[in-house]
Amino acid sequence: MTDIAATPRPESSLVALLRHARYVIGENPVTGFAFALFVLIALAAVFGPHLVPYDPLASDTVESLKPPSLHHWFGTDQLGRDIFSRVVVATRLDFFIAVASVALVFLMGGLAGVAAGFYGGWTDRIVGRIADTIMAFPLFVLAMGIVAALGNTVQNIIIATAIVNFPLYARIARAEANIRRDAGFVEAARLSGNADWRILALQILPNVFPILVVQMSLTMGYAILNAAGLSFIGLGVRPPTPEWGIMVAEGAQFIVSGEWWNAFFPGAALMVAVFCFNLLGDGLRDLVDPRRRT
Amino acid sequence: MTVLLDVAEASKLFPTGGGAGAWSRFQRRFSGGPESLPKVYAVDNVSFSIAKGETVGLVGESGCGKSTLVRALTRLIDLSQGSVKLGTRELALKPARVFARDRDRARIQMVFQDAGESVNPRFTAFAAIADPLRRLRKLRGKTLKERVETVAIQCGLPLQLLTRFPHQLSGGQRARVGIARAIAVEPELLVLDEPTAALDVSVQVVVLQLLQRLKQEFGMSYLFVSHDLSVVRLLCDRVLVMYLGKIVEAGPAAAVFEHPLHPYTQALVAAVPRRHETGNRLRLIGEPRSPIDPDPNVCRFYGRCPQGTDACKTTMPALRRFGAREVACHFAEGFLPQTNTVS
Amino acid sequence: MMGAPALSVEGLSVEFRTRSGVVRALDNVSFSVAKGETVALVGESGSGKSVTAYAVMGILDPAGRIGAGRAMLGDLDLVAATPKELANVRGRSIAMIFQNPRTALNPIRPVGKQIGDVLMRHGHVSRRAAPAHAVEMLRAVGITDPARRAKAYPFEMSGGMCQRIMIAIALAAKPSLLIADEPTTGLDVTTQAVIMDLINDLAKELGMATIFITHDLALAGQRSARIVVMHAGHVVENAPTADLFANPRHPYTAELIAATPDTAASLDELAAIPGSLPDLRRTDLPPCRYSERCPRKIAGCAQPLPHAPPDAAHIAACWNPLPDRTQRAMPAATVSAA
Repeated sequence: MTDIAATPRPESSLVALLRHARYVIGENPVTGFAFALFVLIALAAVFGPHLVPYDPLASDTVESLKPPSLHHWFGTDQLGRDIFSRVVVATRLDFFIAVASVALVFLMGGLAGVAAGFYGGWTDRIVGRIADTIMAFPLFVLAMGIVAALGNTVQNIIIATAIVNFPLYARIARAEANIRRDAGFVEAARLSGNADWRILALQILPNVFPILVVQMSLTMGYAILNAAGLSFIGLGVRPPTPEWGIMVAEGAQFIVSGEWWNAFFPGAALMVAVFCFNLLGDGLRDLVDPRRRT
Repeated sequence: MTVLLDVAEASKLFPTGGGAGAWSRFQRRFSGGPESLPKVYAVDNVSFSIAKGETVGLVGESGCGKSTLVRALTRLIDLSQGSVKLGTRELALKPARVFARDRDRARIQMVFQDAGESVNPRFTAFAAIADPLRRLRKLRGKTLKERVETVAIQCGLPLQLLTRFPHQLSGGQRARVGIARAIAVEPELLVLDEPTAALDVSVQVVVLQLLQRLKQEFGMSYLFVSHDLSVVRLLCDRVLVMYLGKIVEAGPAAAVFEHPLHPYTQALVAAVPRRHETGNRLRLIGEPRSPIDPDPNVCRFYGRCPQGTDACKTTMPALRRFGAREVACHFAEGFLPQTNTVS
Repeated sequence: MMGAPALSVEGLSVEFRTRSGVVRALDNVSFSVAKGETVALVGESGSGKSVTAYAVMGILDPAGRIGAGRAMLGDLDLVAATPKELANVRGRSIAMIFQNPRTALNPIRPVGKQIGDVLMRHGHVSRRAAPAHAVEMLRAVGITDPARRAKAYPFEMSGGMCQRIMIAIALAAKPSLLIADEPTTGLDVTTQAVIMDLINDLAKELGMATIFITHDLALAGQRSARIVVMHAGHVVENAPTADLFANPRHPYTAELIAATPDTAASLDELAAIPGSLPDLRRTDLPPCRYSERCPRKIAGCAQPLPHAPPDAAHIAACWNPLPDRTQRAMPAATVSAA
């Protein structure tokens, strides 16, 4: 006797995913807002440099330190560059740093952690010791040290951010893999002829991913703040490259003399971006975890 | 009756309390204590066999070692010692770690207790059933799809349900997915670890009748592990009773339940709820003995057993045969039915 | 009928708001438990038996709402009671034990103290005397070496022991009614037997009424004087145990009995129950929620179900019940009957 009536008719997985996405976004307006904002930021990153009114690097000392006006929506900085254009163009760099850092740390930390949790033994010990070593340092100091040693390029900022976040991802991934190591479906997979590496990659990793996704969105915010912080102390991106952190650093000295717009607008952009990524975390998890569906 | 699976002197010991690695051993030696750790005797010198087409029940309560034994038989873990022969092949020779890729992997399969747990929540029912076929039978594309659908129909699973995830299926449907996956590769021995424990009684009937039908159709042998004696009584030809790692009684299912010979089996049978009787008060008192480094000369049941003489604490009773029955108790003779033919 | 019942549930209806709709979990559930009686509430998953208990105790999930009905514990209507009244009554007059003892016990408090808490709150025992009383309770529920165990934490004990401790906590203030929600599901069958013996013995000693919730009809048959069968939020049958098995009137009860393996001689004797539970979120549920899967359905089944006379011994909520096996072609009432 079948009991199909008890459960609803399923659709193709793509349609189901889209419908679920729409449901998740619709149910919680905050998530919807965060999603929209994220799309806006992504668009600004991709198309921004082509659409800005002024060349972000073009200086015009005549126009320097002008307050926000119709010509310059965010005002101009000390070299006469349009702040609005610089903020929008900086989106691409900061967004890239955020995404690249998160991708790198997910790969490094996620894989190391999952292997440690699944195999145990020496793998676990080694990964654990590496994580402990990293955590022994105050994280920002460590990031500073890495960038100072390797040189201030964007790649090194990304590497530094990834290293500094490694222990957190490794820990989360390890805990999740450990829980699932003896799960029924892992045993069933062995009975079905799957070698250990295959189980790790195809069964465990996809189950660990949703939990890491929340962390990833938070890390994106952190990565931007990290880059901004490093730029602020001169270890980040070098001028004249527009980057929010550097803009805040250069603009900070002008607040005292009343030219608040130099630091305010890049700072506000930073804040909005980090805020958006944090809100996105929950929404993404709801989307990715199949148990939450329907 | 050809023997399909022959288990001889199987033991599985787990070291407990401390690390097993070289450094921990060194530390222990350094501190003056014994170098080897205390061990839990999860499975202790178990021997039995399963014939082709036979359904053998394995009963025992939590901590008796049946889960460990079953995982060793299905080669998910290794035995500490003993042999497991499938037909003529000695399976214990190949470590469990690499058995997944063995050519005989498909001959023994398992159905788990909680199908919700044993199917990856991110896999659809189709993917779950297809997995062993892909890996062990190398089926792809159209042949794979046909085989999955055939098996699903045999298990009474409507084809529309194949695209669903486990949490979108009812308990009974999930159980059927678990069974379909296990029989897809046509195993000779199917081990069922409490397959109906989480199901409503009416769904349980459906699943049990399905298992009966599949067995008749494909001639598989079953090892049916359960704590529910009412179900074991109905489905199994023979039953093994385990207590603290050892087999204490074995025999034809009906005979063991009607006339249990071992005091533990007697208590077990007395405890099974039956609607009309208000229970005879044969009850076990106290807690089971510790399975850690048990004294090899003391009967494991001593202390909880209503009997208990000096013989019980100086000599471990061996599993003795009385016709088709086997019992490990010094007093077995006293319980034998008073007829000439022992059933 | 000896005096007022310990608990009388009348017309209880409960719904749950979920994101996929309103689930009409209970509909017009009525039954009563006499003083000192053990009544089993039997049903499969989704029958509403646990929801009934939670509604009576006032511990429903926040998404649940009691739409109608009363639960009279003596003079107090538990459904309409204020939180203060409920807090006074829970533990003192009515207590509950749950399926998973580990989750019902506080993991970071020694068990003796947990029992002591109840004694002090409801049992009028002073702070000084509480530990000694707690040890006595542990002894009464069969825990060996109670003085030492009183200082232990739940994680140090086995499942069976934790269940005994939960019973000790529940019975510390000697309530007049105990609700046991699947107390032995998940325990070994030998442990189950001992725990059920304990509950029955203590109930007899204290003159306590018991509502025993279970999905196991055989166990209910063995341990209770009366059985209330539930299906999809309805009470479908309510009868003394022996009567229920010998003379089931509701088709669902008969099917449930036929699916229970304890007395079957072979697998072929068992029968699955046709159909499946209706979706309780539907707004068009028929008055009899079993009718859509019932082989005995007649046209009259679309009518709302008959109200049973309140003191009838054997109630079946059915328009076309199974024939009464106790009546042998005798007319229902004859003038000349003695």
